[in-house]
Amino acid sequence: MKIQTPTRAPRRPSTAPELLFGDLWDYDPAPETADPKLKARYDLFIGGEFVPPAGGKYFESVNPATEAKLAELALGGPDDVDRACRAAAAAFPAWSALPGRERGKYLYRIARLLQDRAREFAVAETLDNGKPIRETRDFDVPTCAAHFFYHAGWADKLEYVAPGRRMEPLGVVGQVIPWNFPLLMLSWKIAPALCLGNCVVIKPASNTSITALKLAEIFQDAGLPPGVVNVVSGPGSTGGALMAHPAVAKIAFTGSTEVGKVIMRSVAGSDKKMTMELGGKAANIVFDDAPLDQAVEGIVNGIFFNQGQVCCAGSRLLVHEPVARTVVSKLKARLRVLRVGDPMDKNTDVGAIVSRAQLDTIRGYLKAGVDEGAEMWQPPCRLPKKGFFMPPTIFTGVTQSHRIAREEIFGPVLSILTFRTVDEAIEKANNTEYGLSAGVWTDKGSRILRMSTELKAGVVWANTYNKFDPASPFGGYKESGFGREGGRHGLLDYGRLVEEGRP
Amino acid sequence: MSRLPITKTPKVYVGGAFIRSESGRTFPLNDAKGHFFANIPQCTRKDLRNAVEAAAKAGPGWAKRTPYNRGQILYRLGEMLEARAPEMAEAIALGGGKPADTALEVSCAVDRLIHYAGWADKFEQVLGSVNPVAAPYFNFTVTEPMGIVGVIAPAEAPLLGLVSLVAPAITGGNTVVALASEPQPYPAILLGEMLATSDLPGGVVNLLTGLRRELVPTFATHAHLRGLSAVAGPEERKAIALGAAESVKRTHLIKAEDKRDWLSGSAQSLYEIRAFLEFKTTWHPIGS
Repeated sequence: MKIQTPTRAPRRPSTAPELLFGDLWDYDPAPETADPKLKARYDLFIGGEFVPPAGGKYFESVNPATEAKLAELALGGPDDVDRACRAAAAAFPAWSALPGRERGKYLYRIARLLQDRAREFAVAETLDNGKPIRETRDFDVPTCAAHFFYHAGWADKLEYVAPGRRMEPLGVVGQVIPWNFPLLMLSWKIAPALCLGNCVVIKPASNTSITALKLAEIFQDAGLPPGVVNVVSGPGSTGGALMAHPAVAKIAFTGSTEVGKVIMRSVAGSDKKMTMELGGKAANIVFDDAPLDQAVEGIVNGIFFNQGQVCCAGSRLLVHEPVARTVVSKLKARLRVLRVGDPMDKNTDVGAIVSRAQLDTIRGYLKAGVDEGAEMWQPPCRLPKKGFFMPPTIFTGVTQSHRIAREEIFGPVLSILTFRTVDEAIEKANNTEYGLSAGVWTDKGSRILRMSTELKAGVVWANTYNKFDPASPFGGYKESGFGREGGRHGLLDYGRLVEEGRP
Repeated sequence: MSRLPITKTPKVYVGGAFIRSESGRTFPLNDAKGHFFANIPQCTRKDLRNAVEAAAKAGPGWAKRTPYNRGQILYRLGEMLEARAPEMAEAIALGGGKPADTALEVSCAVDRLIHYAGWADKFEQVLGSVNPVAAPYFNFTVTEPMGIVGVIAPAEAPLLGLVSLVAPAITGGNTVVALASEPQPYPAILLGEMLATSDLPGGVVNLLTGLRRELVPTFATHAHLRGLSAVAGPEERKAIALGAAESVKRTHLIKAEDKRDWLSGSAQSLYEIRAFLEFKTTWHPIGS
């Protein structure tokens, strides 16, 4: 009997007809209608009360999807920062002396009260930031609540965090957060700080401060003691004043590497503890044995989630040469049916860019990409007439020296590079000053672990991308920052380790 | 007729070799009585950069050694130091210490190496974790070495201070470029000879002697040094923090004015190893 060796059919682009409906049918609008319960004017939240800013000035918060004014926000300055820091310092002795069991109950309350008002917060977040309601409803708000709930449970278990050491709170913590995940970043910062008994002064991003001030209402409802959390809205310089304030024992910053370095310089010599969660230029690596349809979904989620305004976005696609053509053609087909537009519509996949300034920055990168010789492709799509919108964009023919392959764009722009061997993929993935995250798509478990070991990045997603969880530590290597947020590891950055038997 | 002894030319240990400074510069070292003892290499910024290159070459190999193997090598280093303890005590005594104190410093340095040798294959289990995420993923966090760590040793405790900073960094799989005590550099020269016979691959620990004011600024700014472990005064700490900001370098600074008691058990811990580790979290799907 003759035995035939099975031969593997060469993989070639799918010949199945592509279903493209174009403008044939349109979706009916599916607007989210919950009331965001916005106030016309938001004051600062200091010492448990809403107070007007010392300078008496306010600035407008704009809905990036319509360019309409949403609310007026207090323009906090150095005097307000000082007042907030003094309120936090005054609250610290009693708050840190509370048994962990009781501190935890406040965090549980905050989580529960936020869950009660989840849809209202999701709508407010979408109006303020421009991200699709699908994301705020299913990701931002529930994950924010989950962070408070998770850290609540640690408050009376701190002796298990650092073997051989007692955890002591640091005092007043100054926190500055970005505009891409306003509520979620706030919870990543506040929940672990409070869990250990620290008090907080936080400055939300000037574009997106509304939900932080709405959450302050929840702090009041939860009966959180006055001064334990203070929210000071204002421009970047107000954040600078907060980081430099002498009462602040620890600073936690999430934002660009550029600003992170400025902050590091500004507090040099002050002995303040720091955590920095900075930029990224993550490689999303697709091997030829990967489940390609799944990988395409992962690529889309990696770079177009939150309009690509994600520090860990998979902004560099490294695709194995044998499947490069297939992946790019599948990706283009997928992008043609991605829905860009009104963030309040439940069917929208890609919403508005946060601000005109950010939109201009992204456009600048598109021009740089074309000027440097990469090939740009955008799906045909009708953008709303008003608001800051950008179609999903991919660049092929990108080389490692192109600016769009080196710099963090923070927008829905994907740079596609190819590789031939595992070593080349690792080399290219690590060829960056950043090191926040990476993605690996392959069917081989051993290759996943090899890649995970070699990639210089704080988070590696295997056959998935952009997954987050309060129990999962998040943070970068190299110029993507230091310190971790989430899990037992994140708590270590908010406390002082004291040896037993010593003061 | 009395025999004239052969004196040793002090050389620094870099990349597994004993070298003079590329500049050819030296500074004289006197003994406790003020008599000339030897000329010590006055290393330059170029020497520092060369040492970083050597540490970079040694890095991947050292990081890939099994933790068990790293532990045995650290233990072997302890053996080498123990065997030459009287000689090392004499080297420390050049700085004027009493015999009982210098002997104690040596024995404490040996014990410190043994302490970290034991940690090499244990810290991962204590510091890493499996994370219970609310989705079908096997999610785990492991430690990894940072890369090349700069060490700036204190002026006092010329052996024990240096060993207390170098040992935890290499236990974690990093490679090190260290600046020895400026007033008492000779124990570091001698330590280099012990490192060379301890099975530690060349380039894993590189020891420089020289002047702090010449070298600390380059330690602060060299972008390939991913971490910096230093005992430093207020002005130096500020300079280090400013330089570190340029490449988001991790710093672990001990205040020189706090006069750390290096003999104390508090000067060694798991958290000294942790200070120069990165944490990597991998999400792996469960199913199909």
